[in-house]
Amino acid sequence: MVPRNLKSAFYLVGEARPGSAAAPGRAWRHWCSRSAIALNLVCTLLLVSAAAKAADKSEPETDRKAFQAFFFAKFPHVAKDDFGNGPYAVNEAMRKQWKEIMEFPPYEIALDEGHAEWEKPFANGKHYADCFDNKGEGVRQTYPRFVAETGQVETLEGAINRCRVENGEKPLDPMTGTMASLTAAMAESSRGKPFAITIPDDPRALAAYERGKEFFYSRKGQLGVSCASCHMSPAGERMRGDILAPALGILAAMPIYRSDWGSMGTSIRRISTCSSQTRALPLKADDEDYRNLEYFLSYMSNGIPIVGPGTRP
Amino acid sequence: MIRAIILAAGLAFLSQPAFAATQAEAEAALAAAQAAESEAIAAKAAWTSTETALSNARKAFAAAKWDEAKAAADEATAQAKLSVEQSNEQKTVWRNAVIR
Ligand code: HEC
Repeated sequence: MVPRNLKSAFYLVGEARPGSAAAPGRAWRHWCSRSAIALNLVCTLLLVSAAAKAADKSEPETDRKAFQAFFFAKFPHVAKDDFGNGPYAVNEAMRKQWKEIMEFPPYEIALDEGHAEWEKPFANGKHYADCFDNKGEGVRQTYPRFVAETGQVETLEGAINRCRVENGEKPLDPMTGTMASLTAAMAESSRGKPFAITIPDDPRALAAYERGKEFFYSRKGQLGVSCASCHMSPAGERMRGDILAPALGILAAMPIYRSDWGSMGTSIRRISTCSSQTRALPLKADDEDYRNLEYFLSYMSNGIPIVGPGTRP
Repeated sequence: MIRAIILAAGLAFLSQPAFAATQAEAEAALAAAQAAESEAIAAKAAWTSTETALSNARKAFAAAKWDEAKAAADEATAQAKLSVEQSNEQKTVWRNAVIR
């Protein structure tokens, strides 16, 4: 039922397979349970410290440094500013193809549509620009954001839809179409600006970050793989026809025109596609789990410049 | 988890009907599968493969193929349960994968 060989192929270096001898703590826990009373104190100390370690509170900055160091060590020849270009940053042959495609970028139509939509007033006379800091110019790199009023993470698409609803308009499909055109225009105005995601001093913001981190590293779907299984250690490797993008800067090119779709897609369209590929049933596009996941991923990419909109095979 | 998978695969194999299932049996199996999958969806743990098995079961049931309906429904139930188990297991083991 579950392809076992695939499953075991996706364990990260150093990650213990459940039930394997290397599963941390198993051996000494077993030993403790059988040892003499005189050793009880030692065992208690070990168990207590293990419990403390398991409850490890997230230190986002420590996480980010380790996350980025992992990729800088893995790809010593890739410039920091290039990570947002995903497969093109880590594969020479793909980069050549890309240079050709970029002579006539396939997202140009979406950009035109996005600019036109951006300028068009709502029925009440207000504009998208009225909903954003700096009239929406060069702010994409600050999304997703934690919103204190709701206690939740809001993505760029979420902010656009909130703007529409607050001005009496219907929300847009957050995956593609007009939404992708609008975010393409916003991304363009942020090109070169490094991701600058903040986690305010609010336990709910840290909890959202932590939940996003959990999602990224949790194995899901019938294939039993996590986002990390494909976008950490195997980044740069070929999977079927694709070169796996590194998780660092993985949202910097969004939205993308993807030939495989024949249309534009936002971050959440790409993430849902990956969910389906693992045979996990995708969540609703604006599900809190997905928003937290984007929050975590974008925070990990702090310092990596926005390169969107992008184009992909 | 691995043991559970082997067990479930075994169960799925054993549950292949040795003799014909009745309509009532197929109906019960389908109801059980639907309930198990609803639980998986609520836990945000569901698999697309479970949905496929469930939809196959519904189609077979509509075509009055009780054996096929029951087999697909049992398969869906087994997968739905595994998906919830996976999600519960990951609530702690994900930490082992974190890059430090
Ligand atoms: C089975 C392997 C696999 C898993 C698991 C997986 N992906 Fe992907 N992902 C791919 C492939 C293949 C592509 C297309 C090639 C590429 O750009 O990496 C891709 C592309 C992407 C992209 C676009 C990258 C770019 O630069 O165009 C994003 C974003 C992404 N994945 C996020 C995720 C997230 C978030 C998860 C976890 C929910 C995830 N992926 C899980 C295989 C996977």
